[in-house]
Order: sequence, then structure tokens, then C-alpha cells
Amino acid sequence: MKLKILAFGIVKDIFGNSEIELQMPETANVKDLKNELEEKYEALKRLKSYFIAVNEEYAEDDLQLHPNNEIAIIPPVSGG
Amino acid sequence: MIDIKITDQKLDINQCLEIAQDLGSGGIATFLGTVRNQTKGKSVIRLEYECYEPMAIKEIRKIIDQAIAQFSVRNIVVHHRIGTLFPGDEAIIIVVSDGHRDAVFEACKYVIDTIKQTVPIWKKEVFEDGEEWISAHP
Repeated sequence: MKLKILAFGIVKDIFGNSEIELQMPETANVKDLKNELEEKYEALKRLKSYFIAVNEEYAEDDLQLHPNNEIAIIPPVSGG
Repeated sequence: MIDIKITDQKLDINQCLEIAQDLGSGGIATFLGTVRNQTKGKSVIRLEYECYEPMAIKEIRKIIDQAIAQFSVRNIVVHHRIGTLFPGDEAIIIVVSDGHRDAVFEACKYVIDTIKQTVPIWKKEVFEDGEEWISAHP
């Protein structure tokens, strides 16, 4: 399945774009996505941390992904 | 009363106070977060704030709901500015009002501390000789 992934903050710099598309197996979960992303974009591994948000909520590693999900990478936040 | 706003316009403390106004509330705590002109000895020229807005609104709402449940306060206003800010600009205004002063101070502190931990807003510091996304690296 093809997943669209939104990038913010430093991840936008890492991707060189505010949005990327990634081909993943139909059975992929959040952890699989992280592994794939870290393989493609090694700089993600050097961040202090990052989370995956699915449909505007922080997602656990075992959450199953679907093509119509809104997926975003959330690097360490620094609001306020 | 709960009010949440994310805007690229200048924030207005009087507007926040008006929204939180409640004749039943005798105590109002406010927190203003402003842009510093230096960090770790380096001069900051400007900050660039970025936001995943729909999720940020949801996360702020969760924090406010939790603060109301935990501290039994009545009114919480959170206005956050994004875009390009310069030293002295207000980046966030929080107003909490209720009948009890201990609760409003505690709720106000809880709200700002938790916003800094969970709300998807990011800032980049721009110096004369470079720039850096805050907290991104260990």
C-alpha cells in the first residue's frame, strides 16, 4: 500500500519535503514504518526521539496502518 | 469556558482575560511566554514556529480537559502564536480563572509544562551564523 507521510520541523529538513510517499506491505504497522523510514533516512536515528501520529493522535508501535490514514512524523516538540 | 487559538498574528492578553472573565472567579493566573534574545550565550535574531495545527488543537484540548478535572478550575484560555517571532514577542498566553488561587496557579503551571511536552509545535532558533531546531538532538 502507498502511505502519505507528513513531515514537520527538523523532519522536513531530513526529508527535503513537507510530505513523502512510501510503499509498504499491506500488513505494516507503526513499528514497520519506523524501521523503513530509518533505513531510508538515517538522520532520524540521530534525533533525541520521534513519534508517529496516525489521524492526529500519537500512535503505539503495534497499530496497524491503512492507506487512508493521515500519518505524520512528530520530532521532539518545542512549543510554548 | 475553554478557548484555544493558534494564530500567526500578535497575541492579545486583554482579549484572553476578557474570554476568561467570570464573575464567579476571584483568582486569575496568567502565563506569558516571550521570545528571549539569547540562548546559551548566542544572540537570537528570530524564532520560526511551525505547527501541526489540527493535532495541536486536539492535544491542547486534552491538556485543558485534564487540568480542569485535576485542579477543578473553571476557565482556561490558551493562545499560541506561530510563524516568525522576534525577541520580546509573546509566543503563548495562558489564562486560568477560578475561585481559588492555589488551583489557578497549579493548573496554569500544569498547562504550560504539558504543552511543552506533547503539543506538536516546533521552533527553530535563527542566529547570526546559523539555525537550530530546538530539542531535536540529544
